[in-house]
Amino acid sequence: MNPTVVILLVGSCVAASCALVGAFLVLRRMALLGDAISHAVLPGIVIAFLWFGSRSTWPMVLGAAATGVLTVFLIDLLTRTRRVRSDAAIGVVFPGLFAVGVILAHRFAANIDLDPECVLYGEIALAPFTDLVIFGVDLGPRALWVSAVILAIDLVVVLALYKEFELTSFDPALATALGFSPVLVHYVLMSLVSVTVVGSFEAVGAILVVAMLIVPPATAYLLVDRLAPMLALSVAIGVADACLGYGIAYHYNASIAGGMATATGIVFVIAWIASPRHGLLRQFLGHRRLRRSFDAQIVLLHLKDRTLPMSRDNLARRFGWSHTRIDHAIATLRTDGAVDGDDAALRITSVGERALEAAGTAPLAHEALP
Amino acid sequence: MPGEPPRTDAPAIEVHDLTVAYRTKPVLWDIDVALPEGRLIAIVGPNGAGKSTLLKAILGLVPAVTGWVKVFGEPYEKRRSWVGYVPQRESVDWDFPTTALDVVTMGLYGRLGWFRRPNATHRDLARAALDQVGVADLADRQISQLSGGQQQRVFLARALAQDARLYLMDEPFAGIDVTTERAVLGLLQGLRDRGRTVVAVHHDLQTVADYFDHVVLLNMHLVDSGPVETTFTKDNLTRTYGGRLTALSNAAEALLERRPSRPKG
Repeated sequence: MNPTVVILLVGSCVAASCALVGAFLVLRRMALLGDAISHAVLPGIVIAFLWFGSRSTWPMVLGAAATGVLTVFLIDLLTRTRRVRSDAAIGVVFPGLFAVGVILAHRFAANIDLDPECVLYGEIALAPFTDLVIFGVDLGPRALWVSAVILAIDLVVVLALYKEFELTSFDPALATALGFSPVLVHYVLMSLVSVTVVGSFEAVGAILVVAMLIVPPATAYLLVDRLAPMLALSVAIGVADACLGYGIAYHYNASIAGGMATATGIVFVIAWIASPRHGLLRQFLGHRRLRRSFDAQIVLLHLKDRTLPMSRDNLARRFGWSHTRIDHAIATLRTDGAVDGDDAALRITSVGERALEAAGTAPLAHEALP
Repeated sequence: MPGEPPRTDAPAIEVHDLTVAYRTKPVLWDIDVALPEGRLIAIVGPNGAGKSTLLKAILGLVPAVTGWVKVFGEPYEKRRSWVGYVPQRESVDWDFPTTALDVVTMGLYGRLGWFRRPNATHRDLARAALDQVGVADLADRQISQLSGGQQQRVFLARALAQDARLYLMDEPFAGIDVTTERAVLGLLQGLRDRGRTVVAVHHDLQTVADYFDHVVLLNMHLVDSGPVETTFTKDNLTRTYGGRLTALSNAAEALLERRPSRPKG
């Protein structure tokens, strides 16, 4: 297989599985737990590696999953004492476990092919060159198998427990009352996160995996309003980020993991600015439109209660507005036919009076005028 | 919808020697109370009296230090499908990416059990429940776009969809406008008239006597429990609220005078 194709496929599988489980972390406001798990699984990987004496994948995945669940358990334990808040508990537990992992890796595993650098930063560029061989049959790139199997596990579990994930994320109290254990579902989700994170180490490494877990779902959250579309869009955005990231890395001859994480950031910022529902641009335009319609109404109100026409300059002075602002308001009103006369003598028309009535605005009391 | 559940002679809720503590701080002390079936029941008491905690303890959401709770004569675990729960509106994230219809459908998840997914029949039931509370046209709205009153209606619709025999509601009248309050009251009375039991945490002492049949007065200890006519008295209110009642006692007196004109439900 073409190495580029392998890298893109592995990157896409990793991004898709991260986005799928990461979406629930985002919705449960547990984004940092993903970061914690991605680091704290290191000792699990090293112990599994030492125990089984090989770099075969599945013992490591299981070792990591076990440490991931242990991490979550320890954090819960600390939080439940109420003397340590949850963010501090995360800060206490994961560096501790990670440090144990670093020591174990350097002390026992450095000389036998488990490279901490590789775990931290990932080395997806090497993915095409290690094949999976079972009973002497070469089945193709190992990383591709691993990431595809993990994606399949995530898909199956999320599809099977979609309703449970949804309910326990939205309303854990109701879930408990209905007989669904939020704690059990929480641990299932955390096991999935752990497995997914280990699977993605080869692609992006422990440091950047959190970008793949959190940023594509956070992007999708800005764009859609329902859970199922959000999951689908998270996965699609994750895959697009992975491919775009490879392009960036290829173009600048830089780290692929770095490229992919950068791509998630770029796509997020675009969505943040341009989202049709919640984007900055939309907010800005909405505010501006609202302000302009208020401005026009205020001018109309003042004209309405005058028997004599008013000049543009007089109005601007009265309101303390810039010339641009008063001109905008007058232009809007002229277009609607709500005022007539030139800038020196503006007068409200019958159209303008009706518009004011329709808006339901009470006329300003005369004593309130300066 | 499932048929009428078999009748039992047991009270809707029976609480015996219940003590609940958060860590070492007791919230409910030795509560003994039995609540009759087919009534509108208010739980009333000052802030921190343990009103919500009592509901949660009945539902098994908070562990009891001592004592037990029975729902229609059995532990709650055996009666889940008979009980509908309406949590406080602020207890969930209204920015969650979900629609009003999806939220109401969640009320049916208990009936579905693990793994099974809701189908068109369940969505029709959910739609009917939304219709019952008068917001069928908002079914596809994302829930953050609903007003407070509409959100409360969605929560009620979710409980209605459960088609329960006993409803536990945490402040169903909090933070809603007058129209919604009247609609909610109508719904609760409709449930009562069909033989369902409603237990609601309630804050507004002025409306207790008008809205409810039965009242539980709580201030960590049980002060009293019984029909509104005999239990919702100035004396009991003073015992529940202590010295803080001065402003409220006038309201209670006014209510006691008003009661004879109240039509019997």
